[in-house]
Amino acid sequence: MPRHKLVASESDVSIEVDADFTEDRVREVKNERNPKAKERDTKRKLEIHKTTEQKTENKKRKRSHSKQRGKRNIDDEDKGGEQISKQKKNRKNKKTKKLLTEEAEGEGYITKQKKKRRPQVDEENANATKQMTPEGPPKKKKRAKVQVESSSESEDSSSEKESSEEEEWKVTALTPEELEKLKEAVDEKKKLITILRGKPWPMLKKLQTLKESHDFLEKFEGALGKGKAKKLYAYKVMMLKRWMKFQRDFENFKTACIPWEMKIKDIESHFGSSVASYFIFLRWMYGINMILFGLTFGLVMVPEALMGKPYGSMPRKTVPRAEQASAMDFAVLWDFGGYAKYSVLFYGYYNSQRAIGWLKFRMPLSYFLVGVGTVAYSYMVVIRTMARNANEQGGGDDTNFNFSWKMFTSWDYLIGNPETADNKFASITTSFKEAIVEEQESRKDDNIHLTRFFRVLANFLVLCCLAGSGYLIYFVVRRSQKFALEGLENYGWWERNEVNMVMSLLGMFCPMLFDVISNLENYHPRIALQWQLGRIFALFLGNLYTFIIALMDEINLKRKEEETVKLNMTVWMANLHNGTLAENSTAPPITADPADVPRGPCWETMVGQEFVRLIISDTMTTYITLLIGDFLRAVMVRFFNYCWCWDLEYGFPSYSEFDVSGNVLGLIFNQGMIWMGAFYAPCLPALNVLRLHVSMYLQCWAVMCCNVPQERVFKASGSNNFYMAMLLVILFLSTLPAIYTIVSIPPSFDCGPFSGKNRMFDVIQETLEMDFPAWFGKVFSYASNPGLVLPFLLLMVLAIYYLQSTSKTYKKANAELKKKLQAQNEENKKKNKRAALKASDPEEARNSASEQQWHQINNNASKKEMDTWGCERGQNQHVTTCTRQSAAVKRQCGPADLHNPSTRPPPAQRNPATHGYLPGNPHQPSLRMQRTSSLKLQ
Amino acid sequence: MGGAASQLPKEMVSEYQMIFFFLSGFFLRAHKRFSELQDRDSLSSRVPMEKILTMPELKSNPFRRRICHVFSTSEPNDGSLTFEDFLDLLSAFSDSATLEIKSHYAFRIFDFDDDGTLDAGDLEKLVNCLTGDTDETRLNPEEMRQLIKNILEESDIDKDGTVNLSEFQHVISRSPDFVSSFKIVL
Repeated sequence: MPRHKLVASESDVSIEVDADFTEDRVREVKNERNPKAKERDTKRKLEIHKTTEQKTENKKRKRSHSKQRGKRNIDDEDKGGEQISKQKKNRKNKKTKKLLTEEAEGEGYITKQKKKRRPQVDEENANATKQMTPEGPPKKKKRAKVQVESSSESEDSSSEKESSEEEEWKVTALTPEELEKLKEAVDEKKKLITILRGKPWPMLKKLQTLKESHDFLEKFEGALGKGKAKKLYAYKVMMLKRWMKFQRDFENFKTACIPWEMKIKDIESHFGSSVASYFIFLRWMYGINMILFGLTFGLVMVPEALMGKPYGSMPRKTVPRAEQASAMDFAVLWDFGGYAKYSVLFYGYYNSQRAIGWLKFRMPLSYFLVGVGTVAYSYMVVIRTMARNANEQGGGDDTNFNFSWKMFTSWDYLIGNPETADNKFASITTSFKEAIVEEQESRKDDNIHLTRFFRVLANFLVLCCLAGSGYLIYFVVRRSQKFALEGLENYGWWERNEVNMVMSLLGMFCPMLFDVISNLENYHPRIALQWQLGRIFALFLGNLYTFIIALMDEINLKRKEEETVKLNMTVWMANLHNGTLAENSTAPPITADPADVPRGPCWETMVGQEFVRLIISDTMTTYITLLIGDFLRAVMVRFFNYCWCWDLEYGFPSYSEFDVSGNVLGLIFNQGMIWMGAFYAPCLPALNVLRLHVSMYLQCWAVMCCNVPQERVFKASGSNNFYMAMLLVILFLSTLPAIYTIVSIPPSFDCGPFSGKNRMFDVIQETLEMDFPAWFGKVFSYASNPGLVLPFLLLMVLAIYYLQSTSKTYKKANAELKKKLQAQNEENKKKNKRAALKASDPEEARNSASEQQWHQINNNASKKEMDTWGCERGQNQHVTTCTRQSAAVKRQCGPADLHNPSTRPPPAQRNPATHGYLPGNPHQPSLRMQRTSSLKLQ
Repeated sequence: MGGAASQLPKEMVSEYQMIFFFLSGFFLRAHKRFSELQDRDSLSSRVPMEKILTMPELKSNPFRRRICHVFSTSEPNDGSLTFEDFLDLLSAFSDSATLEIKSHYAFRIFDFDDDGTLDAGDLEKLVNCLTGDTDETRLNPEEMRQLIKNILEESDIDKDGTVNLSEFQHVISRSPDFVSSFKIVL
């Protein structure tokens, strides 16, 4: 539907343009239709010679779809552009120094417009002249120059009109080279259309440019097709249009598909970008986990469930006889025991059969590769995101614009809530004040000893906390092992969940303690926040690693148990065989029910279970603290406030704030646990997806209904890479134990996909031997030869070294350039001063005369002053029109002016006598007068 | 308003789509919001600045007047906006606007006297906008002087006493959070 629309509208344009015989005719029609237009037209006539295009258009183009006027505007703009170019030339001649490429780029909207417009203008001019002399570029230029000159003589729109009419009919006869040129122009136009969106022009200008380009394309694309192969060309053009349309729709579709976009925007507008950044991070995490989940679910869990041996077919897939009675109890399932333990959710369930099902799916290999792939993918994504963030931050430039950023970027435009705005005002003020104080303090440091003492003390206290929490966890884990040995049935709920509860509670209360301790240190809030984050990070990490060390102990215990089970197993087998041997010697070797077969403890499943329990309890704690700490608190504060002796909303409990950094850290650690445990419990990513999904809705709701905006608004995006770096560290640290267990501990003998092998990675070797041709194995063994690997490593180290040293050189060059720029500027200033002094001499008399008058000029002459500047730069003949210009002119000529700092006199020299004397305009007493007055005002 | 008056012509929408990065539904939404602001009695398509300022998205923004002035195309610049200006505003503050566009408009918003550079006066006004209207949050003259001095020290690369557009863009482009915070969501 929309596609038709677009095509229709475009063809509309073309028809109307083709039907526009003469400009006057159209204008008449317009006038009849709309009385207002008449007024506008007269205005337009007056303004033809404005130096700025922007303004001209804005006035003319009240209704943007008045298509017939497109051409007329081309002409006008054409002139405007040339005038500007001329004035620029003037200026350039005057000050031949050009400072910087950057400056040239920054020369602003004017040049850019001009550049874009130029080729097209030339093309049209060329078209007009083409018939007489089908020559090329030199002729074109001449014609253009003629127009530049004529444009300074007031009225030449008639000639313009002629040229535009000419091109209507002479299009029919074209030589190949002209055709080529036309094609180029057409391409230019197309490019213009595509980049149009990225221009800082006002909308009317864009619309007009767009329409012009469309008209042009309609007209000349048709003309191009008139010769040979026109059908093909027309078809191509049409398809291209369709394709563009499709792409645009697809883009729209893609943005519409981003989940939770509206929710996040809603939060963004209430709480500013820092809170929203947490949710964006959450969404990003959700995406990653979706992919991890897809990998494990699609390549490990589903194949095993569908094609592997069914439940009950072998010991590892059956609940043991002793546990069968309680295997379906909810309490057991909630702990991931019973049937849950003997299912695809855990490592132990998988069979070591090399290929399963009719697909001959290599299950053990797939299991191993998915484990490796999960980690590799995570590394890739995190590092890529970090690199992108670093790029966005300006490529690691060492310059730090502390104050300027505070000034220019500290306001969050998304804030739509007056309360947040007030907080923001306060926080900006304090940040300014702090920055100033800091700046002063960095020069003089008093009483450094006391603060130093306090800081050391604080760090000591924090270390004590960390050590205490680590010991507590170790103690609890050991105790739980004792409980487990004696049988969990004898103990209550607390003993069974002690480890997880203690870890969650520590994670909850220690950060508060750190917060109190950090008050001692008296750091700048931003630095304090980073210390706080670092400490919480250390706490979590310490807890996690204590947990892992305790787990390792348990693994060792289990392995000892396994040895004894192995011994028992042989005895049991012998017994079984002896028993059956008496009855029938040809019976199958094992007839016992798989539930009765003695089995090893399977430490892998145990590890997986621990991690799953940890995740579950962590999730529960998060949700419960959310409900109690935020929701209940908010409800209490709101409803008890009516009958309480002090103001609860602003007094002690008040509403809670959303703790961005704490939440982000929680998320990061949660992810770390997933990475660590995913190898032994393939269900972990699935659980995590579920958790994140629920978190998204729950936290969105909680934030919107019971949190207040933060008092100190920190921008999280600034620390985006900080979080990413933490994620990377966690990823690394969480893969370490997993890799250690995979590489150095032999897998259990009777459970999991690698049972019966010496090490888990033997599966690779096995595959190489069995599934690949012999030469492949040989090549592989050569490639992994240390003689080849070592030089390769060396090469990589050298490359890193080389890249680092080049980046250092670049930095140095940058600094050098900056210095050079400043030096040049100084020089320019001096030169300028001298020139101004020289120029002021002959002007002296006139100035003294005008000086008497400028007192009478009204106060807002500064406005006019800008206008006159604009005019002087351009053609000085259009004095009358110039004075009519207002703000738009200022906008235009301002930046164009300021990019040549040398054009401005140094501030000290701002007096009428020395201000830039322009050689081109000898007699303008009134104008000069206005300008001087405004300079005084400045 | 609703009804036929607030309907946006379909061709317009597809044309707008060529220029802005928005979805087609967005234009209708924007137009609805805009026509709510429009005065029913007067025929002019402009909405006066005072009306625009009552929008919740702009209500608490300290630069709201400047924003209206920068995007307005009216003849004596009174800050009134047409629908096209309004779309312009939204597109400059949208997610998809590039850093270049955003910094360009930010510069013009901060350039209080419209002279094309940020001089000490502009910076002072800017600081006053950022610190709010109340007296206790205002900086005292000494602090203000120090602050402006520091800012010029940092960002005035060519040392001419003012910050011009290219210097401004240089500073802004290195800022980590400008793009994410220079946004207005309808």
